[in-house]
Order: sequence, then structure tokens, then C-alpha cells
Amino acid sequence: MRDFFQRFCENRGALVGLVVLTVIILVAITAPLLSPVDPWRSLGRPLQPPGGEFALGTDMLGRDVLAGILHGARISLWIGILSAVVAALIGVTMGAIAGFFGGWVDDVLVRITEFFQTIPSFIFAILLVAILTPGLTSIVVAIAVVTWPPIARLARAEFMTLRSREFVEAAVLSGVSRPRIILREVLPNAVSPLIVMGSLTVATAILTESALSFLGLGDPNRISWGYMIGAARTVFRHAWWLSVFPGLAIVLTVLAINLVGEGLNDALNPHLKGRRVGVQ
Amino acid sequence: MGQDTTSTPLVSIEGLRISLPLGSDRVMAVDGIDLSVKPGKILCIVGESGSGKSMTAHAIMGLVPKPLKVEGAIHFDGHNLADIAPSVHRGIRGSRIGMVFQEPMAALNPVMKVGKQIEEVFRFHNIPGPYDDRIVALLDSMGLPEPELLRHAYPFRLSGGQRQRVMIAMALALDPALLIADEPTTALDVTTQKQILNLLKTAQHERQMSIMLITHDFGVVAEIGDEVAVMQEGRIVERGAVKDVLHDPQHPYTQTLLAAVPDLSPRPAADAEPAPLLSAANVSKTYRTRSGWFTPGREVHAVQNVSLQLGRGETVGVVGESGSGKSTFARIVVRLLTADEGDVRLDGVDANLLDLDTRQLAPLRKRVQMVFQDPFASLNPRRTVFEIVAQGLRAHGVGRREARRRVEELLDLVALDPSAADRYPNAFSGGQRQRIGIARALALEPDVIVADEPVSALDVSIQARVLDLFADIQKRLGIGLLFITHDLRVAAQICDRVIVMRKGEVVEAGTSAQVLFDPQHEYTRLLIDSIPGRGQMPKKHGPATAAAEAMERTRE
Amino acid sequence: MRHLSYIAGWMVKALAVVLAITILNFFLIRMAPGDPAIVLAGEAGAADEQFLEQVRSDFGLDRPLPIQLAAYVGNVLTLDLGQSYRAQRPVVDMLFERLPATLLLTGSAYLFALLLGPLLGALAATRPRTIFDSLLMVVALFFYATPIFWVGLLLILVFSVQLGWLPPFGMQSMIPVSGAWNQTLDVLRHLILPALTLGLFYIAVYVRLTRASMLETSSLDYVKTARAKGLPEWRVATAHVLRTALLPIITFAGLQAGHLVGGAVVVETVFAWPGIGRLAFDALFQRDYNLLLGVFLLSALMVVFFNMITDILVRLADPRIGSA
Repeated sequence: MRDFFQRFCENRGALVGLVVLTVIILVAITAPLLSPVDPWRSLGRPLQPPGGEFALGTDMLGRDVLAGILHGARISLWIGILSAVVAALIGVTMGAIAGFFGGWVDDVLVRITEFFQTIPSFIFAILLVAILTPGLTSIVVAIAVVTWPPIARLARAEFMTLRSREFVEAAVLSGVSRPRIILREVLPNAVSPLIVMGSLTVATAILTESALSFLGLGDPNRISWGYMIGAARTVFRHAWWLSVFPGLAIVLTVLAINLVGEGLNDALNPHLKGRRVGVQ
Repeated sequence: MGQDTTSTPLVSIEGLRISLPLGSDRVMAVDGIDLSVKPGKILCIVGESGSGKSMTAHAIMGLVPKPLKVEGAIHFDGHNLADIAPSVHRGIRGSRIGMVFQEPMAALNPVMKVGKQIEEVFRFHNIPGPYDDRIVALLDSMGLPEPELLRHAYPFRLSGGQRQRVMIAMALALDPALLIADEPTTALDVTTQKQILNLLKTAQHERQMSIMLITHDFGVVAEIGDEVAVMQEGRIVERGAVKDVLHDPQHPYTQTLLAAVPDLSPRPAADAEPAPLLSAANVSKTYRTRSGWFTPGREVHAVQNVSLQLGRGETVGVVGESGSGKSTFARIVVRLLTADEGDVRLDGVDANLLDLDTRQLAPLRKRVQMVFQDPFASLNPRRTVFEIVAQGLRAHGVGRREARRRVEELLDLVALDPSAADRYPNAFSGGQRQRIGIARALALEPDVIVADEPVSALDVSIQARVLDLFADIQKRLGIGLLFITHDLRVAAQICDRVIVMRKGEVVEAGTSAQVLFDPQHEYTRLLIDSIPGRGQMPKKHGPATAAAEAMERTRE
Repeated sequence: MRHLSYIAGWMVKALAVVLAITILNFFLIRMAPGDPAIVLAGEAGAADEQFLEQVRSDFGLDRPLPIQLAAYVGNVLTLDLGQSYRAQRPVVDMLFERLPATLLLTGSAYLFALLLGPLLGALAATRPRTIFDSLLMVVALFFYATPIFWVGLLLILVFSVQLGWLPPFGMQSMIPVSGAWNQTLDVLRHLILPALTLGLFYIAVYVRLTRASMLETSSLDYVKTARAKGLPEWRVATAHVLRTALLPIITFAGLQAGHLVGGAVVVETVFAWPGIGRLAFDALFQRDYNLLLGVFLLSALMVVFFNMITDILVRLADPRIGSA
């Protein structure tokens, strides 16, 4: 465990990412306290530039951009994490079953995974949200449905190599039951690459959500960064702040998560980290 | 004898030091060594893993990984290779000094044809073309079949031995004055090893070059070396002519290494016929590559009609090279794999084990346990030694407190401290891990233990100790031991009877003495002839075990 | 013979995928709440009783489900994707009309990225931990984390609104220019910003991938062999490291090629580029699901096609695959 923190901290980018991410998460949690006003409410003159009465200006309906960004953090992070979790649940289950049992079960699950990888993911996500009518659930479902295949492939590969490991064979010979072998022998050893992949999936999910909201497929009841940029599209040439600030928020969040993910990778899978030096 | 002090050395190393990065288990990989290679001679550097022998070779080639610092002097051709312009060093590499590596599977570029890889040597040392005839002649002189076709093949088409020949061809393409061979035969089967060593000897003789051969195996030294230097923890502890060192080793470390090399003296056969315990009859398994929609499947007969008997308190060896099916057979016996055909019976069970389903098998599993080859892959890195050893007891309903007591007994039995129970596998050395694996196998008080190459991943000095442990436990507990190995020497030392396998079939079976001293099958004779240093190794000095024991204690 | 059976195998596989996607399409519509005819016709179309009837008979919505499915699959296999209500035109015609613009945009972005990305990644990998390497990795990480539409908007703000160098939207100027050469030039000027937007993201991916792949490869044994042979560093880097390091990149590039249309939706929307992506956005906006399903099917076909190309390329590049 100490090794883990040491290796994580050796990666300065990861440390910066962790700090930034922590701040963003705190902002998301405390948004109603930081900015008690409803971000949908019109508070002042429309299209005020930043630096005046409103630090980041107002939009075409006179809504506070800063309030939108603070409240938007909630939905962006929430959707990102939720869809990554759902995707990981589907992916790990499929991959684990396929990799551990092999044979025809593996064949069938691999075909299904391959099929889902053939589906053009973003258009499929658009279709799903459009048909299921936009909302939190449909967005999470759509993102999860298009992001689980790579996770399943990784989980399958891990389970497949671990299944034939000698310590698993030893457990079989000792009479340990199958579910116990999967949960106690295999899963703990497969978990670190999956954690890394999961963290990067959150980043991708946030990007996908922002693109969906930008196209007007966001949850109509909740403000999100992508929605703010999309809604201001018609006026962005005159009011740059309407797209620049929410965009920065997205970049910062996704960048921080990616950095943390890379740090986790260095710390959890040291053997994958570049070249290492050793005797012989 | 053999101490030719008159000729000037081809390479002379003075005070070579290579420091390790901070946080390693010691400061220096190579700690001030002096060494010289004489023209036309073969110098062997012997040592166990981590001794710095390979690093020394890399320093001569200028291939030491970047952050490590090389100090001292390496004189060659009027240059100091430890302090030389990279471009000059590059010109020397491949032309004046060639190098061969351990893993022929990994050492060739997988996506470049072998002829092209050899051609690069000529081309980038500014040798004018055409190269085709030279490459063909070179491959031919390495004893490779159909060199004209072979040069257009990709490495994956070649066997391990053939790849190593290609590597040697590449290293010798420009007739270097020095060939460095870093464990060139360690990854190869024993019969192939013999061929490669012969090839090196012939090449050395024909070209009158020098060879620096890195190895862990004194057998190889006896087979091929003129002079030998023994390395331990970055220092040279002994050097001299091979004959002198083999017969009269001065340094205690050299003595332990020599003592640890298994003898080719078979264990005496048991006087009485042991009570039958496990019998396998006509076991066969065929692997079929799955046929695609448009491609036919292929068949590999992994195990064909293998039969053997194992008695209580008896050790039966299954000997074979890679691809012989010995490990597949072992996994069939313990029912980790299913067989296509055959009959495996266990004393007191009125059924063919191969016919039982998982449920019927469950109560019988604990009677047949297994010890695995790789001490690192066979222990779950995320569980404590207690959890690992106790898993079978717990699965069979033994309470935690009782399991704890048993685990401590078992650890004591395999000569580990009971406090080991609360630590994780990464706290232990390879030899200690193998003991934990043995304790795990013993936990359920099995009648039979199947040991799949249990010592092949260990350094020689530790091998000896683990083998002694097997013998000791067997004597005490009367277990039937099925011992899978590629090493005839090890088999001779520990087994009452031996079966020899090749390509899935048994070619010879008998008592160890019969098989070793009166082999009937030509393949068995080939195996015995291929044992490196056979007939050149001296008789044993002192008690092997006591010395090895002292060794392991110091390194742990 | 082997090649023939290989291609035959692929055709069967591709057909199976197309069939599966068609069936998925069919069920997607029925997943939607409400009358599938209304869903298919779109909000505006639903008001038109005559059009609803047409939709019902087109899709056989009055018949049992399996027959509906069979009819739908039959239609798709004969390239009949039905009508778009808004345009009152066959969906297939609209798709083919828009395809060239999308191929031009995504193709140029893709080539741009594919030429520049691996090159920069390789340069970084051969100079690890230098300023060049660090800087490039920071930039790549940035673009990797940036929503494509936002980059597009920023580029428009800078190069069109502030500097006025390049047109902010469309594929041709409002006022038509004369002459083939001028027209081409006009399209090229319109192409630069959207292609750059899409390309920057892809470049970031390739830079990171190439660098990681090369660093991994350079620690392999045969690279040491190459050095031991006395090869110059540039030869080691190109013939031994890059050559193998490119294999995963070929795979990735091929898979990505199939997903280009998806990426185009956002960029074409931002730049009002008259391609399939923009068509999808309009269809979405007008709830023209039939058209949207057509876009989906077409992009799925492209994925299948590029997967096949990739597979062939990888087999050509890596002698180990397909000959075992």
C-alpha cells in the first residue's frame, strides 16, 4: 500500500490531476451552497461580458454563467461516474464469465462483444437517447451500452490468463469452490488494470455526455456544460464567454481524470511502466 | 597447465564497476572485477542469478541500460570500451565482437525475414554486396537445413535451436575476434543444447576466435570451457583453468556450486515391491485446433497410450524434453485436464478417475495434490501464506484455529518459520516459495503428490535443498511421488523408477539404474549423451546438502 | 485457395453483422414508447394521416411481428430504407448525396492525423524526457481531453471571427465562384477548419499510442540484438522498433476509420458542413427517425468494411498472423 502511494506520487502530473479533481468534486458537492440561485433563472441583463456584475458573464437569457458551471459540475461528474460504473458492471461480468469458463460460453459472449464494437458508438448513443427520450437514465444507458465492450475484452483477457495460472489450479485441487475461486483468487488479481480502465472510462463518458448535450440530447431538467455550449451556439461569435468557460470546465475535468488514471496505472501496474532497469 | 601467460589477452577488464539504481538490494551490480580473455580460448563466467555476470557482458558491448554507470577499463583492440565514443563502439559491435543472447524466441525480430536480419550486419558495416551467397553459405555452415529457403522464413517458423543457430550466424557473420554468448543454451532442450555447444566449439576452432560464455551450469563449463571465472554478487571469487577449478575448487562458493550439481548416480532401487497406490493405463489426449468455417482443424497427439504404476513411498520420474507431453500427462492424472481415453485408478477407489464428474471427484481431490513449476505464478500474490496453505483445509471444513495450528506444523515440516504465515508471497525467495507450495500440497495429507518440474526455475544450490526436502518428506510420510522433469540428472537423484517420454509417447521405462546405465532406446541414449559435462565433472566434494543449506541461509 | 476461403469467410461475417444491425434497428423503433408508426413518421409526419398509413404499409406494422421483421430485413437487403417524411424522398438517395462531403472531411482529417501523429509520436519516443517530448505529450494530453465541438468553436472564434482568415461554416461560399480551380480552392478553404478540428483529436490519440507502443517495443530483446549487431541508432529505431510498434497502430487506425462518421456528426454540426453527420443532426432535430436509422445503418456498414480492410492490412504487416 505504501508502495502504491509512493509510485503514484512519483508521477507529478497525477498529483496535479488529483488535486484538480478533488476541487471539482468538492465544487460539485457544494454547488447549491456556493451558488444558491437556480442556474436556470434569469438574473440580469442578457449577454453581459465577464468581469462585471457576474464574474463569468450572463447568457442570452440573462442567466449567470458561473452558476451554470458550478451546477453543471454535478451532472457532468454524476453521469460520467454512473455510466462508467454501469459499463464496468456489464463489461466485467461478461468478460469474467467468458474468460473464466471459456468454451462455447466464451464463443457466444465474444461474438456479442464484437458485434457491439462494430456498432458506430456515437451514432448509436444518439439513436438510443433520441428514441428513449432524453433524460438522465437514457443518457447513462446509452453511454454504458456503447462503452462496455473494451472493458469486457480487458476483463476477459485478464481472466483468461489468470484462469490458467498455477495458483488457480492449486485452488481447484484444494477443493475450493468455483465462485470462491473467481471472487478470491482471480478477481483481486484482475482488478488493477480494470480500475485504470474504469477511470479512463469516466473521462470518455464525460466527453460523450457533453457531446450529446451539445446536440440538444441532454437531460432537459438539469443544466450541464455541454448544454450550455450547445445552447449558446447561435450567439457564440458575439459572446465568446458562453462557450469558452463551460468548455474549459470540461477540459479541466477530463484532463484531471486522465492524469489520475495514468498515475493509477503507474502505481498499480508497475510492470507496464515504460522500461525498467534490473540486473540481468 | 593451460595457464598461458605469454600471449597478450584479447580483452582485458580492469576494475570494472557498474552501479545499480538507488533502492536496489545492493549498490553495485558489478563490483570491481578484473578479467581477461585470451585469444583463441573459451572463457566461461559462472554464477547464479543476480551475480552480475550478464551485466559484465553487456558492458563490453556497450549495452548497459542508460541510467547505470560503467566505471573502470575494458581494453580491446587498443580501445577502452568503458569510455569510448558511441559511434566507434558501434563499429566494433557486430564486426569485431559478436553477441548471442539467452532467449532465441525473443532475440530475433519477429517481423523481419532471417536472411534480412543477417544482411543488416553486412550492410551496416559497409561490406559491399551482393550478400545472398554469403548468407546462404553462413546459414549452411551453421548446420541449418535448406539455407536457400530458410533465409526467406520469418523467425516464428523456426524451432528454438534453429533460431539460436541463426543468432550465432548473425554474430559470426563478420568473423569477430570475440563472441559473447549470454546463457546461449539455457532456454533450449538438453539435446539441442548439446548441438549448439558443439557448434560453438567447432566455430571457435575453425575461426580461431575467443568466446566469453556466460552460464549458470558447471556442466556447460566442463563441456566447453578452457578457463572459468566464478562470480558471486558482483565479484569474481575464483578464476583459473577449467580442469583446475573443477577438480580443486578453492573458494567455498565454488565448492557449493559444484556440490549442488546433481550427480548422475541413480538412487538404489527399493528392495521390496511397494504397495500399489496409483496406476495409469493407456492415457491419451489429442489437441485439435478448432476448424474455422473454411479451414480444416489440426491434431496434436499430446499424450499417447501412456501407462505407469506408482507405489506407496515410491518416486516415479517422468522425463522428457519440451513437447513430450509430460506436463499434460501430469495434469490429466490430477484431473486438471480431461483425457480422451485411459484409465487412472487410485488405491481404494473402485472407479476410473477419468470417468468421474466434478461432484464425484470432489472428495477424492485431496488425495492427489500437485506442486508446480513456477514459484512465482503458483502462489496468489494477494493472499497471505496462511490463507494459501490453509485454503484446502478451510474448503474441507476445518475451523480457523485448527487450520492455523496445522499450517504452523506444515511450515515447520518444510523448514520455514511459523511467522511466515502472516506474510505475503513477495516476501520470500524462489526456494522459500517452493517450500510454501509444498506445504500447501501436503496440507490435505495426500497419498500422491504430482510435482511438475518443481526445481527447474531455481538456482542450482537451491535446487539441491528442495530435492532433499522432497526425499525427506516422502520418507517420513510415505507419499507416492510422481516427479515430472526435463533433467535426467535430477531424475536419477530422486526417482526409483523412470519413464522417458518423447512426442507424447513412452519410449522407455524401468528403474533409474536400468534407464541410466543400460538405456535400450536410442532416444534415451541421446538424452544421456547430451547431459553437459558428462564424464568431465569431478566426484562430489563434501556433503552437498550441508553446503547448500549454508548457502541458502546467507542469501535469504 | 486460402485467400479465397478467407474472403468468403469475411463476406459471411460481414453479412451476419449487417443482418444483426438491421434486426437491432427494427427493435430499437419498437423500444420507443408509443405507436412505432408515429415514431417512424416523426412528430410532423404523425399529423399527416396519409403519411402514417404509408409508413404502416411500408413497414407492415399491421401484420405480426416476425412478418414485420422479415419485411424490414427484406427491404434493407434490397437497399430500400424507406422515405424521409421531411424531405419526401427516399432515405438511400439522401445518404448517397451527402456521403462525398463527409468522406472528404473525415478522410482529410484522418490522413492528416495518420501522417503527422505517428511521426510526432516516434520523434517523442526516440527522445524520451526531453523538452520536445514533454511538450508534445502535454499538448496531446490536452487535445485528448478536449470536446471536439469546443475546439471547433474556438478555431472559428480565432481564425474566422478575430482574424477573418477562413470561412466559419459551409462547404462553399454563398456567392458562387467561377472556374473549376477556384471552386476547388473555395472548398479547400472551407475544409481547413473542420478537418483541423477533427484531426487534432485524432493526432493526439496517435501521438500517445505511437509513443507508448515504441517505448514498450524498445525494451524488447530483439532491439538489443539489433544494437549488438552494430546497427546505427536510426536503423534500430526505424527497422526494429517502429516497424513492430506500428502494428497496434494499424489495428487502431483501421478500427477508427469505421467510426469516422460518428465523429463527423458533431463537427459537421458546428461547421454546418453538408454531410451525413449534419444530416443526422437535422434528422434528430426533426425527429426523422427513419433517416436517422439510415445513417446508423450506413455507418455500421462502413465499420464492417473498414474492419475487413484492417484485418487484411494487419495480416500483410504481421507475418505471424493467419499462418499459424
